[in-house]
Amino acid sequence: MQKNSKKKYAPGRDRSEVGQPEALRLGREGGSFLEELREATRTEFRHCLQCRSCSGGCPFVEAMDLGPSKVLRLLQLGLRDQALQNSTIWICVGCHTCDGNCPMAINIPAVMDFLRQKALQRGVPVPEPDILNFHREVLSSVAKYGRTHKLEIMLRYKVRTGTWFEDLDAGIRMLAKRKLDLLPSKIQDPEAMRRIFASTEVGP
Amino acid sequence: MTREPSYQELAFFPGCTLATSAKENYQSLVTFCEQVGYRLSELPDWNCCGSSSAHSIHGEAALQLPARNLALAPKRGTLLVACPSCYLRLRQTQTLLLRDPELSSRFQSTWGVSPPHELEILPFLSFLSSLDLHSFFSEAGKALHGLRCAPYYGCMLARPAAMPVSRPMGQVMEKVLSRLGADSCRWGHATKCCGTFLAAAKPDIVTPRINAMMDEAVRAGAECIVTACSMCHFSLELRATRTPRIPVFHFSELLSLAAAREPQNWFKRHLVDPVPLLRSKGLLS
Ligand code: SF4
Ligand code: SF4
Repeated sequence: MQKNSKKKYAPGRDRSEVGQPEALRLGREGGSFLEELREATRTEFRHCLQCRSCSGGCPFVEAMDLGPSKVLRLLQLGLRDQALQNSTIWICVGCHTCDGNCPMAINIPAVMDFLRQKALQRGVPVPEPDILNFHREVLSSVAKYGRTHKLEIMLRYKVRTGTWFEDLDAGIRMLAKRKLDLLPSKIQDPEAMRRIFASTEVGP
Repeated sequence: MTREPSYQELAFFPGCTLATSAKENYQSLVTFCEQVGYRLSELPDWNCCGSSSAHSIHGEAALQLPARNLALAPKRGTLLVACPSCYLRLRQTQTLLLRDPELSSRFQSTWGVSPPHELEILPFLSFLSSLDLHSFFSEAGKALHGLRCAPYYGCMLARPAAMPVSRPMGQVMEKVLSRLGADSCRWGHATKCCGTFLAAAKPDIVTPRINAMMDEAVRAGAECIVTACSMCHFSLELRATRTPRIPVFHFSELLSLAAAREPQNWFKRHLVDPVPLLRSKGLLS
């Protein structure tokens, strides 16, 4: 690949910064999408060796359909649609265990963030709707109050997902210990939140 | 407790979890800091840093929510951040603003101030490891004598490797606990991820992992787990289903217990009551 002329911040010790030979191009599909991904994540998925250290260390790989290494492989093969529609990108919590293990220092969580947001923009079906609903409830609480109101988030999440009676015990235990405040804590300047969430591409 | 003649003020970012479900973490942190001579002054009108949800589905909010906090923060000096997740969001945003002039000028026009490039954003454990705790230790003595702990740092303080903290915190929990007479177990999960939002959204995924962690802690001889992150604390307390469940402490609770040596009213807020353990060890009357 070409060395980046603009040296921007690269989370992860991204080797594209220090200059490396051109990575192998396998896929022909989705060229501009993949360019955008490299630009936005400031990391080079094409350097992936498929060593699978990332998937091996991922704490939630068992709940995922693919695991991080296979998502990287799909990108290398230019299989954009499959990279956008899988449970892996939704279950990923961004814990950075994978890129800590990656011999090529690829910022995998940034790739996951990009794919998740692209999947939403393109209206790709989400295999883990509960997780998306949870994120939406958190962000709508932040948009409204500037802070998270956990009781409301949990209640609205339950309504959205129709899981009223699942996990009831956890909620009751938290209420009994006063861990869920009844009233939200709010910021003084709600206008600031309106500004942040106005420019929304993927709204809460 | 001998006190400093005067307190030093320290800007402080609590974050949503400490302000709500982990108030016991907040209170014990404030208490401990006062005991070692610091008075925390909460960042005025701080907002949520975006947590996992912003970077998951809303890139703009993931940038702007921490950015507003940075705009409210002091230009230089230190900002103490209690929650490792908030710390990571704030630090990442500060780093981005420093390296990207375009973002930096957008920041300026949105918030009317320049980004606080010289502000030192510090997680609590780094702050702690840079303090001179001499008088604290001599006052506290072996206040935690015989308590066998599994120190749990979680994933946020160690990663990503590209963003090292400004003051090293290497094994600070182990060091401080041992000075206070407690034992730290070696176990394999000290920097593993607790599941964060999955603990709320997908308990079926998180519960087996949390149980496996607690099993390992018990196997290593621990009577309790000590957390550096209130989100980890939440996941462990709420999602452990093995029997028996061992108590989970916020590290700050043990610090302020060591200094005060009296029952702390925040122990009432635990889902697994830690008082019987402390009594059986003679650490509480
Ligand atoms: S650890 Fe890195 S190089 Fe190995 S499979 Fe994962 S992304 Fe590829
Ligand atoms: S960041 Fe995501 S993919 Fe990487 S180890 Fe954590 S959960 Fe797995």
